[in-house]
Amino acid sequence: MSFAEMLLSALRGIASNKLRSILTLLGVMIGVASVILLLAVGNGSAQQVNAAISNLGTTTLTVRASGGGFGGGAASAAGSEKTITRAVGDQLAAAKLGHVHSVIPEVNTSLTVSGTSTSQTSITVLGTTPDYFTVGTNKIGSGAAFTDADVTTAAKVAVIGQTLASELFPTGSALGQQISVDGTPFSVVGILSQQGSVGFTDPNSVVIAPISRVQDSFTGYGTVSSLTVEATSSDDVTAAQGELEIMLNQLLGVKDTADEPYTIVNQSSLLATAATSAASFTVLLGAVAAISLLVGGIGVTNVMLVTVTERTREIGIRKALGATRWAILGQFLAEAATLTLLGGILGVIAALIGAQFPFNGTQPVILAFSIPLALGVSVAIGIFFGVYPAARAAAMRPIQALRAI
Amino acid sequence: MTVLAPAVRTPVLELHDIHQVYGTGDAAVHALRGIDLAVAEGDYVAIMGPSGSGKSTLMNLLGCLDVAFHGTYTLSGNDVSTLDENALARIRNRQIGFIFQSFNLVPRMSALANVELPLVYGKVGKAERKRRALEALDTVGLADRADHEPQELSGGQQQRIAIARALVTSPTLVLADEPTGNLDSASTNEILGMFDLLARDGRTIVVITHEQHVAEQAHRVLTIGDGVITSDRISESRQLSSAWQSTGRRAQ
Repeated sequence: MSFAEMLLSALRGIASNKLRSILTLLGVMIGVASVILLLAVGNGSAQQVNAAISNLGTTTLTVRASGGGFGGGAASAAGSEKTITRAVGDQLAAAKLGHVHSVIPEVNTSLTVSGTSTSQTSITVLGTTPDYFTVGTNKIGSGAAFTDADVTTAAKVAVIGQTLASELFPTGSALGQQISVDGTPFSVVGILSQQGSVGFTDPNSVVIAPISRVQDSFTGYGTVSSLTVEATSSDDVTAAQGELEIMLNQLLGVKDTADEPYTIVNQSSLLATAATSAASFTVLLGAVAAISLLVGGIGVTNVMLVTVTERTREIGIRKALGATRWAILGQFLAEAATLTLLGGILGVIAALIGAQFPFNGTQPVILAFSIPLALGVSVAIGIFFGVYPAARAAAMRPIQALRAI
Repeated sequence: MTVLAPAVRTPVLELHDIHQVYGTGDAAVHALRGIDLAVAEGDYVAIMGPSGSGKSTLMNLLGCLDVAFHGTYTLSGNDVSTLDENALARIRNRQIGFIFQSFNLVPRMSALANVELPLVYGKVGKAERKRRALEALDTVGLADRADHEPQELSGGQQQRIAIARALVTSPTLVLADEPTGNLDSASTNEILGMFDLLARDGRTIVVITHEQHVAEQAHRVLTIGDGVITSDRISESRQLSSAWQSTGRRAQ
């Protein structure tokens, strides 16, 4: 019997009880679709994390005071003059380390910002230097960045994010307008380009001003929130980190390197960690989906057992006509495998459709290998779960099978 | 028609001292108690007997659907009493054509597909299969019903399809188990007429029946009772034709 004939005869068997076959098919279909779709969701979220992190720039290192939060000051034994201040940042820059391109100090706080008629509360106000706009995606959309001269004079100028700009000035351009940050007037000199989301805050709802002005008016001259250090190239990040550690230990007078008053966050190691956690997330989702596929497979066994019982007489006839044990086994296995293959194909189609829609904010990205994998597994399940019923059919004695009604 | 003397005709099947026992110990049922039988090539034999006489058991053994507890069974020179399951399946496929009381066509399969089925298991190529199956359907006069499924056909037609299926492999032995048991008299006569034709073509036919008029169509009538053959005679129809021809097989 050729392959096509076997398939045809299997389809005929499946069609003989449509409702039952459809229900079984549905079980396999749901299993296959959920495997592909959940793997796609896991993969999609992994890609999202990776994209967000590479947005930050893989050439940057972030130095923060350890043990404290934003501007909290280093509460360690190192003492107040040994925390990371803007002066430390300037000294690092002045040291002209071999693999360090620039050092960008950042202070931030959260304040109420008003335009001519409306105001917004809890807006991130970031104080930094013009170099900030050279890192990653922190690009000026319109207008211009403030200058080094503005930093020197602590000018009341600001670059604001797009969301904030349209919220404060819904009718016209925010450029050149006056805004009030906690009572202090700033003139808007530039608007940021659209920023991708990184964390929980909206990066498009931000006021960026010269660090000297922000320290003067709001945060004071203590510890900065962070120093963003840009390495000369992405290959030099690790070297730059080593240089930074030595320099910082000197500047801060660190004796015990196990108790450094700062931490250096390496974006590429962050990326690796995120990728690992995304991978384990994907595996977890895949495992959950695999269980539903298993349940679908057990459904196949059940249906095939019923089919074999129902068709005992047919088995008897076929054996009387000379069907061997293997021929009967092959017939029922082909039927089970065809049933699950059909379910698998429908499952792939369902998954392809389902992947068009975002899933809790994550756009699923189908893994190419998951489609042949799920199809292969569905056929394997048909064969695995069909073996027992098929073996029972094949083992029947012809005279007993013929006697069945 | 040339009729050979019994002595020179080779037996197609030979049973020697066949015993069949079902169950064990006190529950053992001795269905056959020493059957000796030889059927010559081209013979048309009817086996009669009341229910419980052992004729179905004998039919299962002759059809290689079951293996005897004791004794030897030789089919066209091969001892089949010692064969394994797969070898028996091959014998059923190549050497035996079954015709059952309840037709036993596979449902939801066209008449043509049903007739092709033994050839499928005999690993005959697709084109060859179709040609032979159509030929067999033509023999039973149902070539025009090749695409019909069993449930669309009358009982008589279904049995003719079953005969086509039994003949399609050109078997050594055609084995019919109460072939007219489920048919009205018109269809019965049709089927018996067909058996006559087959016998005239030199097919070896064994029919199991409990109907006298069916048995008398055969050339030779065996009666079985309590697991042994109680009588073995030439049928009335044969005796008549023998007398008329003043020659014949087993003339006494």
